[in-house]
Amino acid sequence: MPGNLKIAYKLLANDRARFAALLLGITFAVFLMIAVTSMFSGTLKRASATVINLGGSIWVMDPSIQTVANTIPLPDYVLDEVRSIPGVKFAVPVYAGSALLKLRDGTYQSANIVGLDDASLFGRPMLISGHIEDIFAENAFIAVKDSEFYKLENPTIGTDFEINDHRGVIVGIAKVASSGLFGVPTLYTTYYRAVYYIPNMRFTISYILVEPKTPADVAAIKRQVAAAGYLALTRDEFITKISDFYKYQTGIGVNLMLMTVISFIIGLSISGQTFYTFILENVERFGALKAIGAKGRELVFMILFQAAFVSATGFGIGVGLCSMVIWLARVYLPDYAAIMTFPNLGLAFGMVVVIAAVSSYVGVRKVLTIEPFDIFRG
Amino acid sequence: MPRIAIQATGLTKWFGEGEARTYAVRDVSFDAYFGEMLYVVGPSGSGKTTMLSMISGILRPNAGKVMVEGTDIWSLSDNALAAFRLHKIGFVFQDYHLFPRLTTAENVAIPLILQNRDWDEAMDEAMHDLEVVGLKDKAPLPPVKLSGGEQQRVAIARAIVSRPDIMIFDEPTASLDGETGRTIVSFVRQHVLTDQRCIVMVTHDARIYEFADRIAKMEDGRLTGTEREKLDA
Repeated sequence: MPGNLKIAYKLLANDRARFAALLLGITFAVFLMIAVTSMFSGTLKRASATVINLGGSIWVMDPSIQTVANTIPLPDYVLDEVRSIPGVKFAVPVYAGSALLKLRDGTYQSANIVGLDDASLFGRPMLISGHIEDIFAENAFIAVKDSEFYKLENPTIGTDFEINDHRGVIVGIAKVASSGLFGVPTLYTTYYRAVYYIPNMRFTISYILVEPKTPADVAAIKRQVAAAGYLALTRDEFITKISDFYKYQTGIGVNLMLMTVISFIIGLSISGQTFYTFILENVERFGALKAIGAKGRELVFMILFQAAFVSATGFGIGVGLCSMVIWLARVYLPDYAAIMTFPNLGLAFGMVVVIAAVSSYVGVRKVLTIEPFDIFRG
Repeated sequence: MPRIAIQATGLTKWFGEGEARTYAVRDVSFDAYFGEMLYVVGPSGSGKTTMLSMISGILRPNAGKVMVEGTDIWSLSDNALAAFRLHKIGFVFQDYHLFPRLTTAENVAIPLILQNRDWDEAMDEAMHDLEVVGLKDKAPLPPVKLSGGEQQRVAIARAIVSRPDIMIFDEPTASLDGETGRTIVSFVRQHVLTDQRCIVMVTHDARIYEFADRIAKMEDGRLTGTEREKLDA
């Protein structure tokens, strides 16, 4: 490390009270910003759980659909029409709905029911217990072992329950990539069993999952589906649509953004104020350095280094603290939905950079305007 | 014939413009020589500090020239002027301006660090100069743990560590009691002043006049004459 930066580091770190206040301000701001955005990311991921877990390159749906949970059933002929589109490798129906289960102890439990295409079982989950072909057995259901699994009384293979006066039997335990948003367990079965066991409207297909022959066919398939009066979205587009719904049409996104901005302002206030007083306390000495022969840009570099160092350290501590809190929360609350994503970290880092830039700007201005002659005049 | 260290010619400095223009220094010319300790004395507001700032490359004069070893320092660029101050001039400020969060040794090493010298090498030289000023044992302490006299000696060590040709002292005894002030200046006279170095000192303190080679008197921004009190005594 160059000597002048070492001096800058010592000036900062040896002023323990102020260094601690700076770190506290930035750490607190980073912690809040990442915690809030992580909770939001976790919520958004769970909101798209069905899409993530089932896969499917293209999802065909009613154009009015906002989220995967609010299905608008499609007529059967749409499936035929989609299958007839050139460029479609295959298209399968999927059922996504909910039902009330009566468990062995007599209690009722709401559950998500996913009905997979009987012919292909496209979108089937990875089993950790049991065999996938058992899904074709009488009354067969596969339970998903996610954070809601315990609500089914931790079933094992052979555990039975009632669903709309039908008997249901667990024939397999599966794991999926993402738990659902609404805190209810998920069961997989075949499409026709789902339609048969659960009361439905006239149409029963929730979505049609389409696999194009080549990626180049996607655009044409989307156009053809649109021409038929329906909407075809790639998986990522559907996830984005769901995220946008929660971000912009529920108020959750705005509230969390406000929280993030408030965290940023708190961090900026504490750090900016502390850094300013730190510079103010040392401004005459910086002036003395100028008189001795330090160039303006060297002093600016020292101040920028101090701001960058304290920001990077505060960012690291904030991220670590947030990770620890999320980990601890998950130990005690398995349903806790929070995930740190690179965009979240990037956003927090960007805001920390702004905090450092604003704080150091004030200091740099102060130091650049001090004249060595003022040091002589006292 | 002593060699000229600083040659100031027609130095003039004013502040403000128009009717508000106030002259701090008017047409001051003098030479300072290597191996001499030149005092600049005079009442408050007489222009001593302004003149000191101009000859040390800190405050640009409105008129006049300052030649140091054949170079007109005010013809240099800002960066070259900063480098000139860093390598050629040692400053001892009235209030010391030591960094309280650094150790005494680190404070002394600052000019060398600004010269991009290796940290360990700078610390070794700082320790050497702390030994010169009799404060080697205080090296690991922060300056706030030292007395006023000791802090002044640390400031002197910081000023000499880069081996400057010219040393500028601004009221070095102003914050010290009489005895400590005399001790400090006596020390400077004996250990800091060499044939290869010129010391210019602004002071009010008549108790230290005896250590000067020459005393330049200023009044209302003008140099009213120099006395060779020390040499003539």
